[in-house]
Amino acid sequence: MIVADKKPIEEIIDEVKDFQRILIAGCNECVTVCEAGGKKEVGILASALRMYFMNQGKKAQIDEVTLERQCDHEYLEEIRTVIDQYDAVVSLACGVGVQFMAEKYTKTPVLPGVNTSFMGVTEERGVWSERCQGCGQCLLASTGGICPISRCAKRLLNGPCGGSAQGKCEISKELPCAWQLIVDRLKELGKMEEYEKIIPIKDWSTERAGGPRKLVREDVRQ
Amino acid sequence: MRLRYPGNIRIVRVPCTGKVDVLHILHAFEKGADGVYVVGCLEGDCKFQSGNLRARKRVQQARAILDAVGTGGERVEMFNLSSGEGPRFAEYAIQITEKIKKLGPNPIKAASKRMAA
Repeated sequence: MIVADKKPIEEIIDEVKDFQRILIAGCNECVTVCEAGGKKEVGILASALRMYFMNQGKKAQIDEVTLERQCDHEYLEEIRTVIDQYDAVVSLACGVGVQFMAEKYTKTPVLPGVNTSFMGVTEERGVWSERCQGCGQCLLASTGGICPISRCAKRLLNGPCGGSAQGKCEISKELPCAWQLIVDRLKELGKMEEYEKIIPIKDWSTERAGGPRKLVREDVRQ
Repeated sequence: MRLRYPGNIRIVRVPCTGKVDVLHILHAFEKGADGVYVVGCLEGDCKFQSGNLRARKRVQQARAILDAVGTGGERVEMFNLSSGEGPRFAEYAIQITEKIKKLGPNPIKAASKRMAA
């Protein structure tokens, strides 16, 4: 999922302090799971903003909505009939949702309510970590299911480097060396011959280095 | 025991303080409560293991939010006691009432009066 972190309330207040009618829009997908932008967080933010405006002696209307997703037309369409009633929308979706809403409703400012962080997993409640960088050419088949692009600080394709010590990366004692994990896993799978194969230079043009990406699939396109 | 404690306290019963959410605390203030305190079991004594520890974290979150919006986080408090400690319950009720009285009414009430005038 896409992992996001809550923005400090002071920052959101700064974004919205000059508006009167504000819609707080949550998203039922990734940001709900990582407890940053779901229905509950929408409720908390809306309540906090209502109190802020009351304390400032300003009249404000703060409404709440949580859409199934903000990265699909069909769900964003649900607010088409009401969006004109608001001076601004604070979207608690990831950066994708914020932008898609802004593209669709060009006359209403859409402001971000979370800091979108990475694609990752829930290790335990309250702990998330990165697993994928969307490089566009998945290598996991030859690395025992452990990604050297997202989990090695240097993104080495043929590691480990000299900074690996006792299974940890030199940048942090908390961080496991991805290549140590790969070797351990390949040993467990009895596939150490995979480790002997040199992974050729990667074509980074499918990664972010190639500019903004787009995927068109004619087989499913209408 | 027939202990006395201030009559201005409204008790909201929950099965465990783990049920108390930040949103419940914020809504109370939004609706004009002058203070909110959560009374849970002693830490380490939760029947559901971590209910009161979760409540403590949520109280801290609510405090931070109330500070940021100008209501004042010191209006929220958490106390821990065992269900057999009636006198202590009354003592905490008196303690929080005195504290909130010193802080004065919820600033939202004064602000809405000004806005209505």
